[in-house]
Amino acid sequence: MAYVAVKGGERAIDNAHAWLAEERRGDPSVPEVCVAQIGAQLGRAVDRVMAEGSLYDPELAAVAVKQSQGDLIEAAFLLRAYRTTLPRFGYSTPLDTAAMRVRRRVSAVYKDLPGGQVLGPTYDYTHRLLDFALAADGTPPPPAPRAEAEAATMPRVSDILRGEDLIEGDGPRETDREPTDLTREPLGFPASRDARLQALARGDEGFLLAMGYSTQRGWGGSHPFVGEVRLGEVAVEIVPPELGFAIDIGDVTLTECQMINQFKGSKTKPPQFTRGYGLVFGHAERKAMGMALVDRAMRHDEFGEEATAPAQNVEFILYHSDNIEGTGFVEHLKLPHYVDFQSELETIRRMRREAEVALHE
Amino acid sequence: MNIDLPGFADPVAQAQSSFRALLDAMARPGTIRAAGAGLMPPSPLDPATAAVLLTLIDGDARLHIAADCAPARDWLVFHCGTMPCPDPATAGFVVATALPDLATLSAGSDEAPESSATLVLQVAALGTGTKWRLAGPGLKEPAILRVTGLPDDFAARWAPNHALFPRGVDLVLCAGTALAAVPRTVAITEG
Amino acid sequence: MNGYNFAYLDEQTKRMIRRALLKAVAIPGHQVPFGSREMPLPYGWGTGGIQVTASVLGADDTLKVIDQGADDTTNAVSIRRFFARTAGVATTTDTEQATIIQTRHRIPEKKLREDQIIVYQVPQPEPLFKLESSRAETRRMHALAEYGAMHVRLYEDITRFGQVAISYDYPVMVGGRFLMAPSPIPAFDNPKMHMMPALQLFGAGREKRIYAIPPYTEVRSLDFEDHPFRTTRAPHRCALCNADNSYLDEVVTDDRGGRMFVCSDTDHCETRQEAGHAGTGEALVREAPVGSAARGGGMKP
Repeated sequence: MAYVAVKGGERAIDNAHAWLAEERRGDPSVPEVCVAQIGAQLGRAVDRVMAEGSLYDPELAAVAVKQSQGDLIEAAFLLRAYRTTLPRFGYSTPLDTAAMRVRRRVSAVYKDLPGGQVLGPTYDYTHRLLDFALAADGTPPPPAPRAEAEAATMPRVSDILRGEDLIEGDGPRETDREPTDLTREPLGFPASRDARLQALARGDEGFLLAMGYSTQRGWGGSHPFVGEVRLGEVAVEIVPPELGFAIDIGDVTLTECQMINQFKGSKTKPPQFTRGYGLVFGHAERKAMGMALVDRAMRHDEFGEEATAPAQNVEFILYHSDNIEGTGFVEHLKLPHYVDFQSELETIRRMRREAEVALHE
Repeated sequence: MNIDLPGFADPVAQAQSSFRALLDAMARPGTIRAAGAGLMPPSPLDPATAAVLLTLIDGDARLHIAADCAPARDWLVFHCGTMPCPDPATAGFVVATALPDLATLSAGSDEAPESSATLVLQVAALGTGTKWRLAGPGLKEPAILRVTGLPDDFAARWAPNHALFPRGVDLVLCAGTALAAVPRTVAITEG
Repeated sequence: MNGYNFAYLDEQTKRMIRRALLKAVAIPGHQVPFGSREMPLPYGWGTGGIQVTASVLGADDTLKVIDQGADDTTNAVSIRRFFARTAGVATTTDTEQATIIQTRHRIPEKKLREDQIIVYQVPQPEPLFKLESSRAETRRMHALAEYGAMHVRLYEDITRFGQVAISYDYPVMVGGRFLMAPSPIPAFDNPKMHMMPALQLFGAGREKRIYAIPPYTEVRSLDFEDHPFRTTRAPHRCALCNADNSYLDEVVTDDRGGRMFVCSDTDHCETRQEAGHAGTGEALVREAPVGSAARGGGMKP
């Protein structure tokens, strides 16, 4: 058989891209989905892509969802690769989530509290029955009932508990340095809490869910209570150096989770509740809660807890939470490795030959 | 004010060509490479010195400007977009026209030897003057670098820095539109 | 390409990478952490090499990109296109013409020159990672040159198999000080790194590390006096160019054990064929199953 070295990588790539574009569009007799529809009707997908793509831009996230055929990790990757080309102007002042315009707020630790429990738009109490009406072209649902907000402010549960000194505070704010930015400097150890929280906020929802879940099953957990989960819009402010005062640059939708955990106290500290914190772009309660559980688990050294579980291993968590890194490296195994495989083949053949010779001697 | 004097006319291409000169110089210690032709930096900077700094320094790099280079401070601040670092011991880069005590600069740590300082030292001339014999990685056989403007006891002052390896300060020498580099790996004797 | 800087990366990112590269050259074999950026290609597909190349590349460079030694593998094509598109540089498949060679898993057969730079794509820069998974700990081990565990690991191979059973990404000592992962090149290529006239740069994007070997630097593959380092290649000639000393790919030609061995370095093979060297063009058939009384079990034409 005559052998010709494989050629035509270039043409293969072009053809693959053409096929992909055709497949993305699907049956042309079906109307094309538009970006506005994705933004309006697939909001949770857009939110996840913004969070893991680390860029708050609902419109571009919707484009990415469309471009990736709904592969949300691929969409987050598209957003990340775009984000990296943007100039960095600075960092914001700490967001004031107490001033959030709340759409949803639930606390598991108090029956009622200032600001009240606000159930908001949630799947929590839906019965998971497929709605066949959605399979047909439906008419829009009637508008949901509206009411005036009960209170102008909605203090955070952590602040309420703080009054009695029953829960740890926020700690002093480090003002002598800029916040860590993992998009500009590589992860280093020991990792500061701001670096850890940034990594988790960008981290994969599924990974944080699994790791948070593991702490509940005894893999490094302390019993958690949801102090509160809140969802709504928060103003972002920056202080331009030339102005010297804060200006509002717009609102972002955020999900915040304050998880309250037991702490027995130590020789130097009286018993006090501790906290795990989760903050995520968009509506993402599952991720915010997983993040809060993992954040708390990683703080074992602050409380003299023995680190025995994966969720407590800071290096393990931070190096493996990023799905863009993970998907790239796992999927790179598809690339040719035949040089390495060949070297393994020859080594094994040689070893077998030599073993056989030894056997006969 | 000397900030009116221009920086690179073509920042992308000139930074790239200056960097390649520098990379090659660092990879082949003692090799003299050209950089900064056409630049008109303020006194006391020579074009090569200015080119090295324009290529490497920005707001993320900590540059210490030695007192002897102070007249060029405003120009460097403006064109590099950096606030000078007052303490040479914590600087990532130091620019000077006289050899400072190398022990006063950061040599990095055992775990992060890359955090050491790079000294950008402007001398009177490269290719003429005292012969220094260099040996180390990058050199197939020992090389001779001629420099006008290094102190007579330079080899003795370099030796403790070289002995710190993998820690240690790296040296970039600039004169006119020429540069050469001496990384910490290089052993120097009087040629 | 409109809207993007020359070679894609912005100048501030290039400066950051350039600073890291200079330190990497000054500390041969030491992994320098850098603020690796997200690239429009996936992590694990050469983002480290791409960032290094983008920071080094100039308009008058000629770029060659290979994957598994070949210029026409899809990922090599994709990366070459990326630079042709974002930097407009000349590209080539000719090793001799190239001023910068970006590679995955091979070093070209042709000896590189002083005026060339080779950029390796590195998936895992930490040579100790199979022995110690914590990078905080391996960093400390490098600081103390605490490499005994690696020697023990190699010696365990010798006691079990009578030889070191690592066939690619075979660890090397650089300049007698730093243990370094040469990237997953076959051990066959390791000797080419020693005293190479060209500058060798290594980029690991996902792991955010850059390292380097200056020209004419000692690079020694780990071994023992009584078990010296040895390389492996398929013991055949290239079926296309008849080379008997190049690294060979094994191509399966049928489902009955038919094999053909051809050069992995496609440029090397084509250059030899153009010079009139010709192989048999024939596949080999399996002689006898390994382990049979006939001994050997090698391939015969």
